[in-house]
Amino acid sequence: MSVNENGEFRPLIVAFCCNWCSYAGADLAGSSRLSYPADVKIIRVPCSGRVNPMFILRAFERGADGVIICGCHPGDCHYSTGNYYARRRMTLLFSMLDYIGVENGRTRVEWCSAAEGAKFSKTMNEFCEKIASLGKNVRLGDLRCKD
Amino acid sequence: MQRIGVFVCHCGSNIAATVDVKKVVELVRYEPGVVFADDYMYMCSEAGQEKIIEAIKENKLTGLVICSCSPRMHEKTFRACAEKAGLNPYMVEIANIREQCSWIHKDREEATEKAVILARAAIAKVNLNTPLQEGESPVIKRALVIGGGIAGIQTALDIADAGYPVDIVEREPSIGGRMSQFDKTFPTLDCASCILTPKMVEVNQHPNITLYTYSEVEGVSGYVGNFEVQIKKKARSVDMAACTGCGECQAKCPLGKMGKIPSEFDRGLKNRPAIYMPFAQAVPAVPVIDRENCTYFKTGKCGVCAKICPSKAINYEQEDEIVTEKYGAIVVATGFDIINLDKYGEYAYNESPDVITSIELERLMNAAGPTGGHLERMSDHKQPKDIVFIQCVGSRCDDEKGKPYCSKVCCMYTAKHAMLIKDHWPDTNVTVFYIDVRTPGKNFDEFYRRAVEQYHVNYIKGQVGKVIPQPDGSLMVQGVDLLDNKQIMKKTDMVVLAAAIEPNKGVRKIATMLTASIDNNDFLTEAHAKLRPVESPTAGIFLSGMAQGPKDIPETVSQAGAAAVKVVGLLAKDKLKTNPCTAKCDPMFCNGCSTCANVCPYGAITYEDQLVRGPGVNETRRVAIVNIALCQGCGACTTACPSGAMDLQGFSNRQITTEVDAICQ
Amino acid sequence: MTKQEIEKNVELIKEISGCDPYKCMRCGKCSGSCPSFNEMDIKPHQFASYIINGNVEELVSSKSLWKCLSCFACIERCPRNVEPGKLIDAARQLVERERGGDHLQAEDIPELLNEDVPQQLLVSAYRRYRR
Repeated sequence: MSVNENGEFRPLIVAFCCNWCSYAGADLAGSSRLSYPADVKIIRVPCSGRVNPMFILRAFERGADGVIICGCHPGDCHYSTGNYYARRRMTLLFSMLDYIGVENGRTRVEWCSAAEGAKFSKTMNEFCEKIASLGKNVRLGDLRCKD
Repeated sequence: MQRIGVFVCHCGSNIAATVDVKKVVELVRYEPGVVFADDYMYMCSEAGQEKIIEAIKENKLTGLVICSCSPRMHEKTFRACAEKAGLNPYMVEIANIREQCSWIHKDREEATEKAVILARAAIAKVNLNTPLQEGESPVIKRALVIGGGIAGIQTALDIADAGYPVDIVEREPSIGGRMSQFDKTFPTLDCASCILTPKMVEVNQHPNITLYTYSEVEGVSGYVGNFEVQIKKKARSVDMAACTGCGECQAKCPLGKMGKIPSEFDRGLKNRPAIYMPFAQAVPAVPVIDRENCTYFKTGKCGVCAKICPSKAINYEQEDEIVTEKYGAIVVATGFDIINLDKYGEYAYNESPDVITSIELERLMNAAGPTGGHLERMSDHKQPKDIVFIQCVGSRCDDEKGKPYCSKVCCMYTAKHAMLIKDHWPDTNVTVFYIDVRTPGKNFDEFYRRAVEQYHVNYIKGQVGKVIPQPDGSLMVQGVDLLDNKQIMKKTDMVVLAAAIEPNKGVRKIATMLTASIDNNDFLTEAHAKLRPVESPTAGIFLSGMAQGPKDIPETVSQAGAAAVKVVGLLAKDKLKTNPCTAKCDPMFCNGCSTCANVCPYGAITYEDQLVRGPGVNETRRVAIVNIALCQGCGACTTACPSGAMDLQGFSNRQITTEVDAICQ
Repeated sequence: MTKQEIEKNVELIKEISGCDPYKCMRCGKCSGSCPSFNEMDIKPHQFASYIINGNVEELVSSKSLWKCLSCFACIERCPRNVEPGKLIDAARQLVERERGGDHLQAEDIPELLNEDVPQQLLVSAYRRYRR
């Protein structure tokens, strides 16, 4: 659903949130009724280190316009080191994606603790705005999945 | 194919006001795998759960999707509900359509559409769920406490009183730790030994406690509930069973009279013989021969102690012994020491014997100390008429010389020292140079105010730049008074430095053996700074006392009790339920590269030679084995695995991919 | 000075000295070590807060600027690496680098004359600190 009835571009954004910090932060944003666009859909993972680059590529392949990975702040990972690996991995991956045409603005890593509901909401709002300004993602699309 | 039941909760109006619940039910009814779909007001209620159980039984459901509040709220509830109905609890997934949908979106159509998408993702995942069994591992009902100071002693007593056997391993010849060196404790001014020694005796006599003094932990293997530890009992050269603690050997040791060996307990202010008990109330009351300095061990001559011992307890041939024991839980209570002051030349600590640290002052003021409780300058043994205390020596430092943290106890102990000195010797002039006075505890600020208001201790806000020993034996202190904006040149008889505390030097070795996290300052890290302050992230390891962070005695005792309760909670279980969402290695694809083992924060992966049989394969390979008791299910190994052999149950590659597909379709 | 000039000077001082005045915890060890403390009007422990608050003008026209001996005792002893000696040095640099500054009047010179001060010093100071 990239274009709604009004002809507006509605981006498709996939967020991978780690169970211990950022998912809890998202829940806090919800409890505090801090809104962000409905374009963001969250997938819960046990740790940001669980996010395999294949998932991100798959998301873009299937029509996502933006992917954001949220995890615990460095040093606070529930599993001590998972977010460090995520940080390194994503730096490399996003650099490669940028090179092949999936602009840097379409991907993001954000550290959000369980107490930062406001930050979560703000981040999502900013990210959605950015993706809306970048427009529809045309790279990596798998034509077999297009309607 | 699964038989999935979908339940969409109204949550009163929390969800229903924004999300068209009925529409969601209709739209997911025909998703692949779904055979039943319904909605209800409050799914988590008794009635709601009854509906779920009924539906599972009637429709022979193999999987469940609940569209409701956050799984962090009710995942456990719905899993338990499924189990009651005879369905494996791990065949349940929750779609968060409240905190992450109805509560944050205003447009009904948008919210409903998103709810449907989230429900679809959960359904797609459940289609790939497999029943998981929580594993079980046994628990050895014995605890180990490393460190015999007040933290270790209190933890051991609490565990032992709960009925569990506990061993204390202490490096020094006696338990007691730092607290045994103190004179009085704040804020009550209790005599430290008076409140500590009864506990030390209790530990020694407690039927559930075994003491290993003059011993060290050499090696640790295993995991929570099943640790195997090697303890090295260093040779005391004295037969503990025969020794009566009479003290003759200490009195007659020729090195004692020569005064060559500085006493560690008295911080070098006094000397001790080669055969010694660290202090009179030592537990156990058995001396130890310092083989490095003993004449007999260095030259083969002497042997006086063996000759005069009435119980024939001296045994020069005694050797170190290694004892192996099994434990269910380990508590680290290794304590602290003060930093080395070599880099602080400006305070003349190494030049003048009249510049001392606070812990040396404790020994001087202690009636059982090197001067029998008389406060004297170590240079000429005269009583000081003027004393200057310097705070924050090496604490709150941003450079390599000192520590970045506040040592927490110094403001209080200096106020204590100042008051005690003024109380015993009222005509002494006492000045304290401070940056801030930190007195956060109960009755703490009142305690410090007494020092100023009742005892007229002179508190000056400002630091000391330099301490200059004078030719006449006094000390010139150059400091500043920031409030009066004046520089001060003060002549004084004695300077006491409140040096920063640091964790005991041996802690890094122990933390490595236990794979317990340690921070840049060598303090042991807690599992969660606020909510789990006495547990290490490594399961089965607990923290007590200064080893975890600077703290005073009341806090240490509190924390010791907390650690003891956590240990008892662990030992009370006969079996530990292990999280079933653990990693699993497919030996067909594993090439034994060790990448997974290197990224595992818990050391849960080991390698084994396994016979692998499959289409076209019949050979022994080195494959990864995951210890499900240790694995916490983070998935780091799964992502790192280059061949895709490792997968995480509950959050497998296929499951997450299918969620991505469902969201993006 | 205008607000922009002040801000520019603050940034310049931070850049020249390489120090972060925010790290100061107001302990006073620098003042406790300073041999020129009594001669100064603005004391070493105040340098960091003057810079944070943008009081560059006062700092630059103070006596402290010239009373500092560059002995580096405060730098050596500061527990927070704030290094007030470097801050005051940087402030001094601001003056010295200023072209066309008017820091030495001809009328002041007779007062500064004495046997111990070589004439050459006064001449070079006059050249450096005047237009």
